[in-house]
Amino acid sequence: MSFIGIMKIALKSLMRNKTRTFLTMLGIIIGVAAVIAMLAIGQGAQKIVEDQVNSMGTNVIMAYSNFSGTAVRQAAGGGNLITVDDVEAMRELDGLLYATPVYNSWGQLKYEGQNWRGSITGVDADYFFIRNMSIAEGDFFYGSDVENGNKVCVIGKTVADNLFGDIDPIDKVMRIRNIPFTVKGVLTEKGQSVMGNDQDDVVIAPYTTVYQRLLGRHWRVMSVMVSAQSKEQITNLQQEILDLLQARHRGTTSEEFIVSSQTELAETANEVSNTMTILLASIAGISLLVGGIGIMNIMLVSVSERIKEIGIRMAVGAGKSDVLMQFVIEAVSISIMGGIIGIILGASAAHIAGNAMDWNIVVTPWSIALSVGFSMAIGIFFGWYPAKKAANLNLIDALRYE
Amino acid sequence: MSKLLLETKELTKTYAMGQFDVHALRSVDLKVNYGDFIAIMGASGSGKTTFMNLLGCLDKPTSGSYLLDDIEVHKMSSEQLTLIRNEKIGFVFQGFYLLARTSALENVELPLLYTKKITSHERKERAMKALETVGIADRASHFPNQLSGGQQQRVAIARAIVNDPSFILADEPTGNLDTRTSIEVMTFFQQLHRQGKTVILVTHEMDIARYANRHITFRDGRVISDKINPNPADAATDLKNMPLPETED
Ligand SMILES: Nc1ncnc2c1ncn2[C@@H]1O[C@H](COP(=O)(O)OP(=O)(O)OP(=O)(O)O)[C@@H](O)[C@H]1O
Ligand SMILES: [Mg+2]
Repeated sequence: MSFIGIMKIALKSLMRNKTRTFLTMLGIIIGVAAVIAMLAIGQGAQKIVEDQVNSMGTNVIMAYSNFSGTAVRQAAGGGNLITVDDVEAMRELDGLLYATPVYNSWGQLKYEGQNWRGSITGVDADYFFIRNMSIAEGDFFYGSDVENGNKVCVIGKTVADNLFGDIDPIDKVMRIRNIPFTVKGVLTEKGQSVMGNDQDDVVIAPYTTVYQRLLGRHWRVMSVMVSAQSKEQITNLQQEILDLLQARHRGTTSEEFIVSSQTELAETANEVSNTMTILLASIAGISLLVGGIGIMNIMLVSVSERIKEIGIRMAVGAGKSDVLMQFVIEAVSISIMGGIIGIILGASAAHIAGNAMDWNIVVTPWSIALSVGFSMAIGIFFGWYPAKKAANLNLIDALRYE
Repeated sequence: MSKLLLETKELTKTYAMGQFDVHALRSVDLKVNYGDFIAIMGASGSGKTTFMNLLGCLDKPTSGSYLLDDIEVHKMSSEQLTLIRNEKIGFVFQGFYLLARTSALENVELPLLYTKKITSHERKERAMKALETVGIADRASHFPNQLSGGQQQRVAIARAIVNDPSFILADEPTGNLDTRTSIEVMTFFQQLHRQGKTVILVTHEMDIARYANRHITFRDGRVISDKINPNPADAATDLKNMPLPETED
């Protein structure tokens, strides 16, 4: 008997029992769909993390004072509290492109009747370049605004929508903690960050103004954001910044400052999302395994259900190998068909999830290859035992079976 | 003198049942010629089915020899027996044994599926012809559960002859059928016999055995009588003389 012939017999037999075939397939469908969806979502997450890290800017280095462990030293000499003078000194470093102090604050925003609570970031005009920000309407503020401590700001889309609604915010005066600021521009929309932060819920103002008008007397902690001229210079520049801070703050150790780069952040983030992907894929893999056991289970039931059929086939001329092959092909076809349906289902689920979360979901060819290969292997592996059992049935017993 | 189809010598089958041995067949010697139409009779448990299973190469004897077309069947492997069943033997069973959810035509095609070189077109054609022989070609696309018992048995006969076997084995083919349908089925066996086929069938009823040319009786696993029936009845005539059933389908 030819392989093609047996294959036709196997496929026909599957067609004759659509319900049984479908139920057998279900485990594989769910397993493969889970693998595809999980991998796609995992990879989508990875891509988002990457995008997000990139959206921080290019070749960014950040420096903070490390307050953990050591006591906060704000005594004369400054302790490890970074100052604006430190930033000015950094500008002289080789390989540095832009630098800005960053003050963070939080407060009530008002425009006419509308209220909104949001974060306020006080920075130098360099900040816009470091973070690759672009303006949707109006304009940035400039170095002169920073020097003069002008009460101007640039706002994100969320703030604009909530405070101004349909009104054009440009050149309107809004109140930040009751202090009037003139809106100079609205930033291009960025969407949510991985952590679920709304990146458009921001107000950016000159650090001088924020420092003088908004910060409380005792909370004047500042961090620094810097960009290197090129990727290659990042590591070097990081070290130089650390050295500079230590030199300028007598008696401090290198542990008292944290100087981290975007690449480091990207690496950590990638590690986390890789672990996530592996975890998700393993869970999905387990469900695929369960699907395989389901195939074996139903194939075994189907062997005992079909003892008479096997007997009849053997009586009229089917050999052991024909029966063995028929059952293996049935199992493999079920798992391949289940695999294909699972891929379609998993990819659609991933896309729906992606749309809902506004993620860019990627179904990679290798995840498809992986699940097809895996489901085929499962078909052969779990199909073999029932098939062997069917082929080894005693002919007379099989014919007599009721 | 007609040609020898098969010969058994001291054919024995013993089933081991725990401590006891069941002697289902005790040293049976038998010759069957091409063109014979044999009815095997005997009480229940006398070994008829056991003997048929051995002749049909469905089972292997405990001892003794079985020659079929000069092949020493008792020395063959299971794979070789499969081939012999497919090429030389047509089976008809009491319970019809058709594949469910499978059309009459596809059921008849079944033995041909396991035959070497044959196109699907040729296969369909031969299956259709076999169905025509038993007068049921118009039901080719019906499933077994849409056919009456007599019709199902005719499909089974078509399946038995589709591969043009050396002989047909039928174990109580009319056992599940009423009298009229039994005679109807017997007309086809008789017709096949007249076309030159060898038929061996098992039956409990003398009424059925009347149509055969040779009567063999079993008792306790032995052949106790082997007689020629000089005047077999004609099933077609009997059918004509029967009162018509009240409703025809
Ligand atoms: N697989 C088996 N294992 C053990 N004993 C068996 C087996 N098959 C048949 N026998 C025994 O062999 C003997 C002959 O059985 P067989 O089926 O050949 O009888 P039979 O003449 O066909 O009877 P019936 O007319 O009821 O069909 C019986 O005693 C039966 O119990
Ligand atoms: Mg019997």
